[in-house]
Amino acid sequence: MTTRVFVGTRKGAWILSSDDRTSWTSEGPSFLGHIIWHAVLDPRDQRTLLLAAGTGHLGPTVFRSEDLGGSWKEATRPPAFTTGERLQRSLRSVFWLTPGHADEPDVWYAGGSPQGLFRTDDGGDTWEPVSGWNDHPMWETWCEWPEENTPDGSMLHSINVDPRDRAHLYLGLSAGGVFESTDAGTDWQPLNAGSLVAFGPDLEPEFGQDPHCVRLHPRRPDRLYQQNHCGIYRMERADGRWVRIGDNMPREVGDIGFPIELHPRDPETAWVFPMDGTDVWPRTSPDGRPAAYVTRDAGASWTRCDVGLPERGWLTVKRQAMTTDAGDPVGVYFGTTSGEVWASADEAAHWSPILQHLPEIYSVECAETAD
Amino acid sequence: MKVRIPTPLRSYTDQRAEVDAEGATLADLLLDLDRRHPGIRFRMVDEQGHLRRHMKIFVNGESERDLALAITPADEVIIMQALSGGCRP
Repeated sequence: MTTRVFVGTRKGAWILSSDDRTSWTSEGPSFLGHIIWHAVLDPRDQRTLLLAAGTGHLGPTVFRSEDLGGSWKEATRPPAFTTGERLQRSLRSVFWLTPGHADEPDVWYAGGSPQGLFRTDDGGDTWEPVSGWNDHPMWETWCEWPEENTPDGSMLHSINVDPRDRAHLYLGLSAGGVFESTDAGTDWQPLNAGSLVAFGPDLEPEFGQDPHCVRLHPRRPDRLYQQNHCGIYRMERADGRWVRIGDNMPREVGDIGFPIELHPRDPETAWVFPMDGTDVWPRTSPDGRPAAYVTRDAGASWTRCDVGLPERGWLTVKRQAMTTDAGDPVGVYFGTTSGEVWASADEAAHWSPILQHLPEIYSVECAETAD
Repeated sequence: MKVRIPTPLRSYTDQRAEVDAEGATLADLLLDLDRRHPGIRFRMVDEQGHLRRHMKIFVNGESERDLALAITPADEVIIMQALSGGCRP
């Protein structure tokens, strides 16, 4: 079994490989100079790798490899809004990729900026807008449109597919909130009760929140976690209300960050990488002391995980730039905007850098492959 | 007619700096260019038919953004990237 880490950066993609999660080799860059927002291996065939790509000048696209990055083809029809549509939207970037349900082996979803949702039924070669979302009567109200307030543009991200039901979908909008569909994306409802908005006059609106990263637990799909602009939350879907588990973080660290990553088997365990959300929002490690935090009781308590990390550092880890593997113990990985990939083979107890001096890292994803 | 291709788009033209394409307007020319070099057009022109913000097309030395512009085989068409550094994503 080989563990592979897929790194998307502002200037290309890299792939790290290891048979023991201790010694790593790297390949890359692929697509040097291209912005790689997200690089994701299909867990269903363990061969198909999709890159959400663009450049500062050229339009957005998706590149596709069927041999783990050995060779590439561009999507014949990349994600795009409908030509001639009423809102005249033009996709600036493909920001997020999510493989579809296990029963739909060629389905993927993509989220973009502006906040469009797109779907492929042929493994990423041709993409169609998901009309139920993009043309929803509330789209203009839920989304940041036409004004986009989020730095770097508004994004649709955190597309989650319920492993029990391929028609049950969640997505996140920065900004806009968490939304849920139970009919394969035909209709959507906000799912934000309990999640706060500290940047608006209404503390708890129906929508308008800023989830940074939303994760559904694969073994307990009715449990959701989110790292929000305004804290860390957990929801038991039957309750329908987000509970701020970040209140249990150390007060001096706070509960602001971009990513939240889950243990692949234990629904009680999640990791975050806090950032400074005080003053003018530096978005770097609180007090210049980088650390991940882990909860093993669904957010009731948190433990600092900084062994091996620099004692002083002002790191920023973006929402796609932290991940876990399926090992036992679980491997945890993150990439920084300063171009370092860090790994832990023991559930964040000890960290080591496994690749350095890369461009700004946007995404880190992991997969186990048979070769 | 001959169309000059900038380096970021030459992955679509087998690295050729100059290729042939035909059309009575710039829009037609870009459609023909895409028929000959699939995928190249969407990198330059968005789904609503607008030239992307950081792309430029020069016709006989003049920057043109109106893709309905009529052209003739005698015209010189150069596609370039704007000297803008691109948009900050």
